[in-house]
Amino acid sequence: MEPEQPSPDAEHESLHEEAHLPPPSLYPIGFAIGIVVLLVGLVIDPMLISSIGAAIAIVFGILWARDATRELRGETVVLEPERRELKEAGEGAAAAPADEEEGALPPVSRSAFLEGATLGLGAVIGAVITVPVAGFAVLPAFLDQEVHKVDLGPLETFPLGQWLIATFVLDPAEGEVSRRTAFVRNNGLVADPQTKQQVPSFTIISNHCVHLGCPVQANGPTGAILGKPTIHERTANGPVEFVPVVPAGYGCPCHGGQYDPEGNRIAGPPVRALDRYAYEIDNGRLVLLSVYSVSHVVGTGAQAKIYKYKTYGPGQHVDGPEQWFYPLSPPQH
Amino acid sequence: MATRRKPTKAEVRRQHAEQVIVYPLEWLEERSGLVGGVKYFLFRNVPSDVNWMQTLGSAALTAFLVQAITGVILAMYYVPSAATDPHTGKPVAWESIVNISDNLFMGWLVRGMHRWGASVFIILMFLHMGRVFLFGAYKYPRELNWIIGVLILVMGMMEGFTGYLLPWDQTAYWATVVGINLNGTAPILGPWLAQFLRGGQAISGDTLTRFYSLHMLVIPGAIIGLITLHLYLVIRLGVSSPPWSKDAAGGEPEEAEPERLRPGLTRPVPHGAAAMQAEPGGRD
Repeated sequence: MEPEQPSPDAEHESLHEEAHLPPPSLYPIGFAIGIVVLLVGLVIDPMLISSIGAAIAIVFGILWARDATRELRGETVVLEPERRELKEAGEGAAAAPADEEEGALPPVSRSAFLEGATLGLGAVIGAVITVPVAGFAVLPAFLDQEVHKVDLGPLETFPLGQWLIATFVLDPAEGEVSRRTAFVRNNGLVADPQTKQQVPSFTIISNHCVHLGCPVQANGPTGAILGKPTIHERTANGPVEFVPVVPAGYGCPCHGGQYDPEGNRIAGPPVRALDRYAYEIDNGRLVLLSVYSVSHVVGTGAQAKIYKYKTYGPGQHVDGPEQWFYPLSPPQH
Repeated sequence: MATRRKPTKAEVRRQHAEQVIVYPLEWLEERSGLVGGVKYFLFRNVPSDVNWMQTLGSAALTAFLVQAITGVILAMYYVPSAATDPHTGKPVAWESIVNISDNLFMGWLVRGMHRWGASVFIILMFLHMGRVFLFGAYKYPRELNWIIGVLILVMGMMEGFTGYLLPWDQTAYWATVVGINLNGTAPILGPWLAQFLRGGQAISGDTLTRFYSLHMLVIPGAIIGLITLHLYLVIRLGVSSPPWSKDAAGGEPEEAEPERLRPGLTRPVPHGAAAMQAEPGGRD
């Protein structure tokens, strides 16, 4: 007799008499559902739905508590032993363990699985946090760019053929930082090519140098020297100021760019003509719209032929081979 | 067997005083190893023929720390708002700078340190870069540290650009207009970069707040990370010898004097000290 040697039968027994835990209880899930219904009910209908949720939570809570304390209270826990198909001795080794049923998949160790799961979950969490944050950091600069209409006042403010340096606030909510300057000239009435009606014509040139955005100045006598007073208007955009001027052109103080009175570049580093404001006449008032870019202007005043482009930033070419450097403009108004 | 002399009162007091310092350090060392780490950092070996030019990196680091500390204090008083103060009609950001300079105790000094220190930081980085270049200290295996240094320099430039807008005066505004439009002329992505930097189509209050955030949080964080990497590589790879070094040219290194150094908390046991003493034909 070798008492130490386990009998083949005992070994066989261990196959289907492994220690195992009681099956997981469903009561906590019911309890959680009750809580969820209670909370949702607080939003939807505190009287009815919350009471139902509370009832569910209480019932399942009691059941869960009874279930969890069964052993403490001395009740015997009846566990069905786990059953497996009995196998003939010797067959066990040859019989395929579970992983061979998976077929071609290579065995994955627990630590390798946990490593992959940790890295994968970390990546998912990182993406969930990063994507909205990065979007919030970047996208607001490109979305919902508004057109700010600027009311410059009634047409009578603008004497025929007189240049005025207009300063105004683009967006009163934004404040002083949106103060802009434009050179405005009333070109008189001109026939609209489509409707054949006589419509007012204006030349409105932005003072932002198209080299790098400094403010260009009118080269010529202004206000007091001309004997013409500064005009003050009060419009929906707040105070607007008009200083009469006779410009021989415009010059930039930063890097010396020079333009003629129509805004064509005549010297210095600028890459095109000065930008212009689109405008509309609304109830007899001059209203500025958005800015557009201009490569050059032929002719003057109402007869000028303006080669216009959509808005480009200062220093960006709109024509010639260099325009291919700027194929995609960010969304603008 | 000599009898032990009883320590005098002065010696006992001295021992107690030493204990007061040594005990907390040993407590810290036992639990963190930090004391050993700091000793390793401070007392690591450098070539015997280093000179003052090799302190330019530390000087640049000091300049950065001055910027960080003064910047944190300035942030307590600066208000990054483009709004107009209804009482004075002046922008709030600009007024807060005036307040720092004119009204707050020593505000002029701290702002001045930050303002001039910015230039000092950039200048020291360039001098350090020049030293590394002329000494050939960027060569193998230190190329990566050169690249990290260039990134720190670029970050420093970005600090200068973003910080320049914060006073929110005419100089700040137009310098930033020109700077952003310069970026905007870069091919393909330039216009996008410019619009991102402005936070829209034109400079506005959004530009001021985002420059403030970049200036005091994003870029300094990046610089601190890059400096950490930079120092790690300096410690790992060691300091290079000057080009005229006899050691580096294969000459006999001058021997240190380890036998007279007292090993302990303030002086590490030099590597190979014991081996050198045991070596036949050595100085000992």
